[in-house]
Amino acid sequence: MTHRRPVLHFRAGSRLIAVALALGFTSLLVAVAGASPIETFRLLWDGSLGTGDKFANTVMTWVPLVLASAGLVITFSAGLWNIGVEGQIVMGAIAASWVAREVDLGTAGIITLAILAGLAGGLLWGLLAGALRVYGRVNEIFGGLGLDFVATGLVVYLVIGPWKRAGIASTSGTDPFPREAWLPTIGNKLAPIAVILAVLAVVGVYALMRGTYFGLRLKAVGANATSAFIIGIRTHRYLLAAMAIGGALAGVAGTVQVIGFQHKLVPAISGGYGFLGILVVLLAAYRAAFIAPIAFFFVMISVGSSQLSLRLGLDSSIGGVIQGTLVLVAVLVGGWQAQRARHGAVAVED
Amino acid sequence: MSLELRDIRKRFGAVRANDGVSLQVEEGALHGLLGENGAGKSTLMKVLSGFIEADAGQVILNGRHLEMSSPRDAITAGIGMLHQDPLVFLPFSVLDNFVLGSPNANRVEAGAELRRIGAGFGFSFDLTAPARSLTVGERQQLEIVRLLWLGAKVLILDEPTTGISATQQALLFETLRTLAAQGMIVIFVSHKLEEVEALCDRVTVMRRGKAVGDVELPAPMDQLVEMMFGRPLEVTGRKPGGPGEIALELTDVCVDDRLVSLEDLSMSVRHGEIIGLAGLEGSGQRTLLRTCAGLIEPKSGSVRAAGVDLTSRGYHHHLSSRIHYLPAGRLEEGLIRGVTITEHFLLAGEQTGPIIDWAEARRRADEMLREHSIVGTTESTAESLSGGNQQRLLLALMPDDVAVLLMEHPTRGLDLASADWVWNRLLARVAGETAIVFSSADLDELLRYSDRIVVFFGGRVFKVLDARSTDSERLAHLIGGRDVA
Repeated sequence: MTHRRPVLHFRAGSRLIAVALALGFTSLLVAVAGASPIETFRLLWDGSLGTGDKFANTVMTWVPLVLASAGLVITFSAGLWNIGVEGQIVMGAIAASWVAREVDLGTAGIITLAILAGLAGGLLWGLLAGALRVYGRVNEIFGGLGLDFVATGLVVYLVIGPWKRAGIASTSGTDPFPREAWLPTIGNKLAPIAVILAVLAVVGVYALMRGTYFGLRLKAVGANATSAFIIGIRTHRYLLAAMAIGGALAGVAGTVQVIGFQHKLVPAISGGYGFLGILVVLLAAYRAAFIAPIAFFFVMISVGSSQLSLRLGLDSSIGGVIQGTLVLVAVLVGGWQAQRARHGAVAVED
Repeated sequence: MSLELRDIRKRFGAVRANDGVSLQVEEGALHGLLGENGAGKSTLMKVLSGFIEADAGQVILNGRHLEMSSPRDAITAGIGMLHQDPLVFLPFSVLDNFVLGSPNANRVEAGAELRRIGAGFGFSFDLTAPARSLTVGERQQLEIVRLLWLGAKVLILDEPTTGISATQQALLFETLRTLAAQGMIVIFVSHKLEEVEALCDRVTVMRRGKAVGDVELPAPMDQLVEMMFGRPLEVTGRKPGGPGEIALELTDVCVDDRLVSLEDLSMSVRHGEIIGLAGLEGSGQRTLLRTCAGLIEPKSGSVRAAGVDLTSRGYHHHLSSRIHYLPAGRLEEGLIRGVTITEHFLLAGEQTGPIIDWAEARRRADEMLREHSIVGTTESTAESLSGGNQQRLLLALMPDDVAVLLMEHPTRGLDLASADWVWNRLLARVAGETAIVFSSADLDELLRYSDRIVVFFGGRVFKVLDARSTDSERLAHLIGGRDVA
């Protein structure tokens, strides 16, 4: 009951300081590796936004990241470290893949069903981690991590087992789904339905947290479950609900991955968006309003960094280094500020 | 030896916690520092003990100006502070706690020193016992010995009598007199007049960040009260009322709550009645309150409210039967850090549809703030309020029609004015048929407001008393487990 949400109250200024520090550190790293920092950042920009195709690619990578992050805002607000988000994405992807492979109802029917199935898959997987936490007293970090492994194992089993490609079993994925199961696109890649889902998720989570009793109670449970319980909130219900919503949004992220991007089920279907989402939400200080731009920035770095290895001979993992440094510095600056604020506050009490 | 604080100034944002405070203390004197909560006593003492740095001013010990930026600097200079809640590492042993700040100490020698210094004051320690097994009073004793061992010549005690027994308080006071007689400087910080009067030779009174004056003791009570509050103060007493129907009834209840187990407890409280729970911390009062609240499930027996059987039905059922619980930890088990006053009222109040009407919520919160004279705004977070205002907010959050109010330490840490305000509110509720069961370490509070007092000792009910035919001396003995009547 004494679960503590880490203190993360940055002001706008500290976030700018964090970004500047992180960029400075990365520039230094790039310079040490023998490349020009300015050239590096220009290539990141070009590689992610340079052409229409690249832009579409960036947006389609942004969608699942935003969906997973929106769900994480809910669980983090409730004080739950939902590390199981990766598994929830995978289970959503599996459920949606089943619909895409087995159901034949025309495009509209398949897509609607696939989204609902993905949502349900993620929801149940999230709820399972929540139930382990609430009824089994298994910390959601460990429960989630365990369930991640189970989901990853299951997807590998499906890809090389029951759902293997005709003739050969390969870890490169299942056969592509029939065209009717693909999200319709503008141009080659951009799927408007996926973008709409992401926007709906952000707006929905924002409204839920800002304007409803449900959101306020979630926040209360996350900030102090004991006090929230004494005030009269049925804390267990809210913890379970948070995991269910977080899981459902992750499941939709997995759905978009399979029917909007890969068009088949692959073992690495989560794309690491769950863990990346955790970084996004940390940087956003759990605020839904900041998720969309921060996620976009992260995706630009991820997508653009593939250019670096081609053009500058830098390893493409430099993108991950920038993202990680950014979050680390932001959390440090935030923690430092919180400590200063707390020092002042404690001292005033006489 | 002499200690002087000269023109200490410290601001926190807009608050002038210390606004040019000067203080002079000579050796061999027990010096009191008196003032209500928020007067600036703790800030001043934290400056003196190196916990915070003043914006301006000087600390002069024996004619030498001290530059301190940490408690370590202070203890090196010979200034040690005993905190309200002694900083003890609970899972570690007594000896570990003793040597924790001195990594180079020889443990065997340190243990011998601990025993020797302690024996001089009548303290005895089990060196290998975990610190969690010590009472608050014993932790204080350990910390005092530790500070002396580290070479403290100036000893500051911040509200040291909170949560300790009458016997331990007597021993503490005796110790402080001995130390002063040995030529140490002892500064005793308190908001309780009676304590300062009983112990100190001289007192400095603080109000609103300033030192109002020095007084030689004994001095008339009214003079000190007027210095503390800037006006004379009257304390509300209680008129006995006729008790009504039974509001809550325990029958043959057995409870196991880790260290405490209550056996075959039967008691009832009626509407309009106040029951005080007395006893040392951890003697079973909290267990009883939590059982009444539905937070602990009894092993056997029954809990009934207004004819409805609530046994094992859980906290939320008790809430719906209008049984409310107000624990001692205001920010731990009552209010929520980071959540505003408006949001607290929303969380505690009736829900009106799924969507929050923020304008209406702020308007209502503002009304409640004024009605309960809470100093703060609708957007203030719980932790930014002073202790007194937090308690006011907690009471304001309770609905008007509470049937049974279970409270731990209703006025702990509050100054006289706030405590009186709290009891005025509680008595108004009792007049409106609410039954109150409260625990307290303050004997006067128990005697002044209770109809009956239940005394706990060693995890069981030791005695049930009529509050009007009991005095504080008898109660103090009972709390210590001695029935002398």
